[in-house]
Amino acid sequence: MNIIVCVKRVPLTQEVDLEIDDTGKKIKEDALAYVINDWDNYAIEAAVQLQENLGGEVTAVTIGNEDDEEVLRRALAMGADRAIRIDPGDLTPDGYLNAKILAKTISDLDYDLIFTRVQSEDHNTGMVGIMLAEQLGLAHAAIVNSLEPEDGTVKVHVELEGGIDEVSRIQLPALLTIQTGINEPRYVSIMGIRKAKKKELKVVSLAELGFTPDDLTPQTFIEEVFLPPETDGAEMIEGSPAEMAETIIRIMGEKGVTV
Amino acid sequence: MGDIFVIAEHRKGEVRDITFEMLQKAVALAQALSCNVTAVLLGGRNEPFADDLAKRADRVLVFEDERLKTYNSDLYVGILAALVQEHQPFLTLMGHTSWGMDYAPALAVRTGYPLATDASDILLEEGRPQVIRQMYSGKLFSRISFNPSPGYMVTVRPGAFKTDLANDKKGEVVPQSLPEGLQGRREFLAFEDTAAGDVDITQADLLVSVGRGVGEADNIATVKELADILGGTLSCSRPVVDKNWLPKFHQVGTSGKSVKPKVYLALGISGAFQHVAGITGADCVIAVNKDKKAPIFRVADYGIADDLFTVVAALKARAKGA
Repeated sequence: MNIIVCVKRVPLTQEVDLEIDDTGKKIKEDALAYVINDWDNYAIEAAVQLQENLGGEVTAVTIGNEDDEEVLRRALAMGADRAIRIDPGDLTPDGYLNAKILAKTISDLDYDLIFTRVQSEDHNTGMVGIMLAEQLGLAHAAIVNSLEPEDGTVKVHVELEGGIDEVSRIQLPALLTIQTGINEPRYVSIMGIRKAKKKELKVVSLAELGFTPDDLTPQTFIEEVFLPPETDGAEMIEGSPAEMAETIIRIMGEKGVTV
Repeated sequence: MGDIFVIAEHRKGEVRDITFEMLQKAVALAQALSCNVTAVLLGGRNEPFADDLAKRADRVLVFEDERLKTYNSDLYVGILAALVQEHQPFLTLMGHTSWGMDYAPALAVRTGYPLATDASDILLEEGRPQVIRQMYSGKLFSRISFNPSPGYMVTVRPGAFKTDLANDKKGEVVPQSLPEGLQGRREFLAFEDTAAGDVDITQADLLVSVGRGVGEADNIATVKELADILGGTLSCSRPVVDKNWLPKFHQVGTSGKSVKPKVYLALGISGAFQHVAGITGADCVIAVNKDKKAPIFRVADYGIADDLFTVVAALKARAKGA
């Protein structure tokens, strides 16, 4: 079972005050720390588990600059066999172009399954995986939280709203977008990092993939970004811990919850 | 100008709320654009939905096939792509739901129409749609424009639009025939309820709810203890279930349960949209989070920008001393 897993590096924005840069179209990124997109840990783990059980190769792919190789090295350390970085140069692809670039790269590879994230933590569009599936002409399922290969098919649980799963069977080859919680991603071991250094990490440019600038027109544009509108918001409770506790208990009492 | 198309979503014999939310927004946009609203229904034979949709649309196009009794990726994309090519709708609205996220991106690629996802609002700028949507889990908003195209596609965030207008349209219901030769590569087997369990968080008056901010599995116990002391029920946000720190029946939110307690005490929960959607029925939300910019403070009634363990300890001391 050969599996391709698409990964991405994203800025860590929890507990960080975001600032907008001079263009007004994106945030200031320089001061931020970067991590692997949370969903991708689960996608890599799912791929590596299948490879361990069924054999075959796992290839990790990312679109990004040299710094983004960090997430490929992480995938290799977790057990992926090889990695490909597509260097976008000066291009900032939208979701559609990301899918188009990935499709061109992956179309030459041998695979039974492709795993992508449900969505990335930065833009949250949730479109790249399924657009990629369609570009490659693959059957697909979005938001998969359980999977089990069976004779040329894969049985999946798709997470629906309200605590309901849809159970379906999909013909291979197929693309699945992987939901968090599907497994317990392994920690990266020292041994894994050492082994990863010996694995292949190939870099390709958009020109090498055969793209010309005309092929790379985005379908959507960010006109502006802005901080959430100030709403009434929460009434903030201040004071010592004991005073704050007292206030909470009082509010609870007002709402009919007595302790 | 082409119509505004709204693709209906239904599950287990009921039209999902998102359908009516999209229709109300579509009617408002259609007035501004002087065009019509078409609802599109893909369903099993003799589904009772079409008349309900006809009250809210100028026309309802109905595709009937037993394979469409529940959602089917390949059939949705195949049928809708042929329909879009025939009618060239100016704007096609789909739910930003599990199923919408499954077919909308594929439909956009197959038709060549540009797509923006998870819209919390749709504007018109020089006759073209623009979309307002969140990024970074709600810490930033963006305004998205499209490359010029005969038509545009948008998935709409559930709950973003109201459904409070009069439903006095009398749209014509027009049966459609399916395109030839459609094959499904994905076979529906069953629905499975994953949120059933020992504790019913939907009935609690007080929910003491814990999020990613709790840090590690061992810290859950101290929050559980607080819930017990206060006579409340323990619940949680998604990351806590993802990490196997609590079973899924504790989970509040879109993929878990919607709750309606008198008081919802959110401890270390950032307030992602998927979580907040599950607590709109709470009478009072009190949020504790170290990050004073956490989105939870925009929806909470009361907030404490502090370490959750400090507050948990103080609450325990106060409750025991009471």
